[in-house]
Amino acid sequence: MSDPLTEARRSRPENSAEVAALYQEIILDHYRRPRNKGALEKADATIEMRNPLCGDEIALQVAFNGDGVSDLKFSGRGCSISQASASMMTQLVKGKSTEEINAIRKQFRDLMLGNAPDADDSRLGSLRALSGVARFPARVKCALLAWNALESALAERAS
Amino acid sequence: MNLRADFPLLANDPGLHYLDSAATSQKPKVVLEAIRDFYETSNANPHRGAYALSVRATERYHQSRFRIARFLGVKDSDCLIFTRGTTEALNLVVASWGRANISRGDEIVITALDHHANFVPWQQLALEKHAKLRVCELTADGRLDLDCLRGLLTPKTKVVAFNHVSNALGTINPVDEIVRLVRSNTYAITVCDGAQSAPHFPVSFDSLGVDFYAFSGHKMLGPMGLGGLIGKRELLEKMPPYQTGGDMIEFVGDERTTWNVLPYKFEAGTPNAADAVGLAAAVDYLDRIGMDRVLEHERSLMSTAQRRLESIDGLEIYGPLPSARSGVLSFTMSDVHPHDLATILDGEGVCIRAGHHCAQPLMRRLKVVATARASFYVYNDERDIDALVSGIMKAREIFGYVPT
Repeated sequence: MSDPLTEARRSRPENSAEVAALYQEIILDHYRRPRNKGALEKADATIEMRNPLCGDEIALQVAFNGDGVSDLKFSGRGCSISQASASMMTQLVKGKSTEEINAIRKQFRDLMLGNAPDADDSRLGSLRALSGVARFPARVKCALLAWNALESALAERAS
Repeated sequence: MNLRADFPLLANDPGLHYLDSAATSQKPKVVLEAIRDFYETSNANPHRGAYALSVRATERYHQSRFRIARFLGVKDSDCLIFTRGTTEALNLVVASWGRANISRGDEIVITALDHHANFVPWQQLALEKHAKLRVCELTADGRLDLDCLRGLLTPKTKVVAFNHVSNALGTINPVDEIVRLVRSNTYAITVCDGAQSAPHFPVSFDSLGVDFYAFSGHKMLGPMGLGGLIGKRELLEKMPPYQTGGDMIEFVGDERTTWNVLPYKFEAGTPNAADAVGLAAAVDYLDRIGMDRVLEHERSLMSTAQRRLESIDGLEIYGPLPSARSGVLSFTMSDVHPHDLATILDGEGVCIRAGHHCAQPLMRRLKVVATARASFYVYNDERDIDALVSGIMKAREIFGYVPT
């Protein structure tokens, strides 16, 4: 058993610098000026999701073409992490095939869960800015909210 | 008041500023020792054994009930039923009294200030019984609108459920006035969620006038997993059991069973004797401080915190003025989402709650998805407020706050 002092401190971020590193400028930029926010004129799938812990909510609309996503938009309210993740996601997956999207989705999830630190993550693009979230287990769900909505939209289409 | 040294978790971590006591309190050493002592000297199944050890376990369990009943101003300690906490206590009232007494067309009044634990069970009962659920609205400053309540009371009103103190805003509700209104206009019973009052100021069930009062031990320095329901004897006597099984029976025939007397009728299975002993030690500790002093200490911290937070540009505080609030401060900070605020404060060692505080109906009325909440208790001091304020300033810096 380690001493109680170490034990008590382990549960929280080591210092405020780590927190500051979480909030990179690109995340705050997407939070303040979210891309692809709004509603599609014609959507093939609309998924609403909530994070019951903090009340974050998202409605994701997706339009499909052939084997991929031709357009998508999101609306809802939430913290900087959930909003930035949704905003970056819409930019990144628009025009990609289901297969590509699933690969990105899986890689992003691994990044959030701290599973793939040294894999080549260049295809995640700006989403890499969210890598700091992995150090904050209470916030991982915020980052994954939009992605879970996208997963449901793709599953709905496949069924 | 400097009690931090009495709380091992806080004493072990001088940089930690725990401001989430409305969610759960820290535990003083005397409570942890009392629980350990029960297991080391008195552990056996209460009410079962014909041997001295079991008798000792039984006695310590009973003594704890007397002690906690005295703390909460209950003369007839058989009317204090131990449960896992407030949520189970309220569910007990709904499942037992509610199922037996609510029928089609009856009206149930709850409030927009209620915690989900005193909201959802009544809502579900209303759906099941085709009864009408009426929600008492709030004034602009987050107090119960008593004119609205008066308007909701009809001869069909069977229950009025409300909280003594709002967990989300800290509003202290005027129980006397509510009870008077209900009594003079209806035959309804009153159900009071006391989770946020019992820990913070003197409470006497016998003079409160409500029919049921629920509380949680873990919010008042006791262990998790033990709380209680206090009820009027004439109501409890008539109510059917909540759960059935061991200990709550008088005689079990093949065809039918008769029930044990109060409080055992509502305590099926092996009781949580060790945690009852722990909670008794917690109320001893609180009484040594004096509940008037607890209240005074929180009031003083609250007015300091209110003054300092109010002076932060862009920060909005919800709920009534501090004089009408318990030790809870609910706020938002311009465009910094409460969840982000909580993460940034965490980096400074400050623990606050961010979210809907299990009060989504209230959040809808405040027109916010979430608030940040700091709550105070006996072990907090001005240094915790300093850390809170500097954490908020840090969040502003990170988010590049621009005054509007």
